[in-house]
Amino acid sequence: MTKLVEKAASLLREGAVIKVIGYEEGSNKTRPFFCEKAEDVERLIYNGRCTNNLAVYLTKPELLGSGKVAVVATVPTMRSIAQLVKENQLKEEKFLLLTVTKEDEVVEFSGFKEMNDYLADIQLVIDTKEQELINKLDGMNREQRWAFWQQELSSCFKCYACRAACPLCYCSRCVVEVNAPQWIEPWASPLGNMEWHINRAMHLAGRCTGCGACSDACPLGIPIHLLTHKMMEDIDRDFGATFNNSGNVLSTYKVEDKEDFIR
Amino acid sequence: MIKLEVIMDDNKIEFEPRIVAFVCNWCTYAGADLTGTSRLKYASNVKIVRFPCTGRIDFMLILKAFANGADGIIVSGCHPNDCHYTSGNFHARRRWIVFRNLLNFLGIDIARIRYSWVSAAEGAKWADLVNNTVADIRELGPYTEYQKVANYMEEHHD
Amino acid sequence: MEKLYINKNGLDQWFKQMIKGGSHVYAPVQGRDKVDFKRVTELSEVASDFVQTTQSIKKAVFPKAESLFSYQKSGKNVEVQDFDALSVSDKVLWKIRPCDAAGFASLTGIFNWDYKDKPYNTRLEKTTLVSFSCSKSDSYCFCTSVNGGPGSTVGSDIQITMLPGEGALVEVLTSKGKALVELSADSFEQLSKEIDKELYLAKVPVHFALEQVKEKLSVAFDSPVWQQQSERCLGCGACAFVCPTCACFDIQEDAKGSAGRRIRCWDSCGFSLFTLHTSGHNPRPTQSTRWRQRILHKFSYMPERIQKMGCTGCGRCSRACPVDMNILEHLTSIAE
Repeated sequence: MTKLVEKAASLLREGAVIKVIGYEEGSNKTRPFFCEKAEDVERLIYNGRCTNNLAVYLTKPELLGSGKVAVVATVPTMRSIAQLVKENQLKEEKFLLLTVTKEDEVVEFSGFKEMNDYLADIQLVIDTKEQELINKLDGMNREQRWAFWQQELSSCFKCYACRAACPLCYCSRCVVEVNAPQWIEPWASPLGNMEWHINRAMHLAGRCTGCGACSDACPLGIPIHLLTHKMMEDIDRDFGATFNNSGNVLSTYKVEDKEDFIR
Repeated sequence: MIKLEVIMDDNKIEFEPRIVAFVCNWCTYAGADLTGTSRLKYASNVKIVRFPCTGRIDFMLILKAFANGADGIIVSGCHPNDCHYTSGNFHARRRWIVFRNLLNFLGIDIARIRYSWVSAAEGAKWADLVNNTVADIRELGPYTEYQKVANYMEEHHD
Repeated sequence: MEKLYINKNGLDQWFKQMIKGGSHVYAPVQGRDKVDFKRVTELSEVASDFVQTTQSIKKAVFPKAESLFSYQKSGKNVEVQDFDALSVSDKVLWKIRPCDAAGFASLTGIFNWDYKDKPYNTRLEKTTLVSFSCSKSDSYCFCTSVNGGPGSTVGSDIQITMLPGEGALVEVLTSKGKALVELSADSFEQLSKEIDKELYLAKVPVHFALEQVKEKLSVAFDSPVWQQQSERCLGCGACAFVCPTCACFDIQEDAKGSAGRRIRCWDSCGFSLFTLHTSGHNPRPTQSTRWRQRILHKFSYMPERIQKMGCTGCGRCSRACPVDMNILEHLTSIAE
């Protein structure tokens, strides 16, 4: 019995929480698991294969129910939670945040602030395969980049899995669902696909936490997280680290903002 | 949609760029007006869209302009610290910095988008801006790359 | 039904003739990490070692977005241009799986059950299905549990079974298949000996009894199982879009000023907006009601109303799902 399982069992038995949102083993991969009964806690696991971002469920009140909910959060999930807190989307009393260290110790956070402090010490690490693709794109000239993205984005069929998996896409009415006026075509076409992905990247400017859930969710394997990743990099360089700003990068400004392209 | 004006001159095809300008009402639009009243001549290829402030310009409008046949775009407003609404142009500036980087990453030709601060007193600057932009876009040619994507409705995949 | 033999050279020759004849050939091609259907012009482009493609090839007859008609207004007049049957090319769908071919039967049922859909039928008429029987399967496949199988010829015009080390067995099943074979008739030989296809097929275990599932489903409308199974579902459209039998669509308008066109595009019953009324009422307000709809539609409503199965057991939905909503797992637990 792992320490996580023990902890979950005691939380449920004592009635401290009505459910524990964590991971379980699925078919060939791990998947999110909503544990409501103490008898089911044995199914909870936590390892390097747990990559789904559970923060996406925290903005769905019909899923959470009316009591306190425990969340077994990985570092990417915690980053998303931190951003949601900054945007006032989560009530502190509703959640009990847990994580598991490399030594399999369970850490329980007393609140959002403690979680933020814990995160402050952890660096965002880029996977080598990702970095290779980024370097490849940086090395291309404009026409090559256009050809690359046109090819990738043309195959998109607008399933919106990227939006559904992103914890920060919580708008009850997405811009693509507005039809008066219809800003972005909801159907799949090379132009509509490109406009959708550009729009999504811009709406995530300064908010994306780099969890990669969008790319993982894409059934066609389109590397859309590279768009948001590139934005994050640029914003960090131009305006300072995303997590330290008190407001969103696009809703604040500094008189000293520098650019070299406005005449 | 006929875009190229074909002037057969020694078998050369002249192309007239189509430029869309998104400008703010208080500075650049007034500045453009001054250009007219000062009788300064400038290229007629530009269609001006007037906004109350550059802060109101949605980034998607740039893409919509390209999709509808624009070969070049001008975005212009009040100088920093002179915005009629105090800070609209500061927000716009941030937005453009972020958006421009994203477009460049996707391979969209950002050389076709010109950003400028033109005040209500700078009639000559407006004329220069338009003339320079038209000349540069004429060099670059029509933005057929983008229009091909905009007009394509695939019947069967790949 | 005719059985022929073709060797490796013959296969190459025949393929070249198909391309020369002007058909657009779509086949599985290896991408960066996934195998998917693309238009090909050479046999060497076709992927060889894979179980299943990511997407189905239903877009050959049901494109992800298509123009139903276009219109131009001038003053009080409107000029309408209907769907042009002549603009549809001849297609050959090469190396699809038996589960894909079976999916076409379901789609034909949906697009013909009361109104005969012109775009769909025109496209299907001009499409020849060449399936390859499966020598491999994985844990997501369950064709044998839904009246299918790795060597099933239902829906195919031609079925090819590769014989390891040699050429292939070619089963010509329809007149369309025969026409395709005639393009290069001398590439084929008569069979010199009986070939038992079963020897070359994958073994796909039966996981549940379809009749039992149907029975259980007919009384399961108010069961709590839907809530339990659908908690992690994100409500994206991935499963519906990769599925060979899902045909839900949306009608959209692509209008600019006085001209425009009416678009039919893919939609998914899993989207929260799918059944949203303009009044604001939504008869399927929660993900669990939408998950229930998906399963009942495929395994209960479709068989009852149009006598066609809504699922061919290809397993694509489970492979594509970001949160592992494994349909096989769910059906097996319902059957028990």
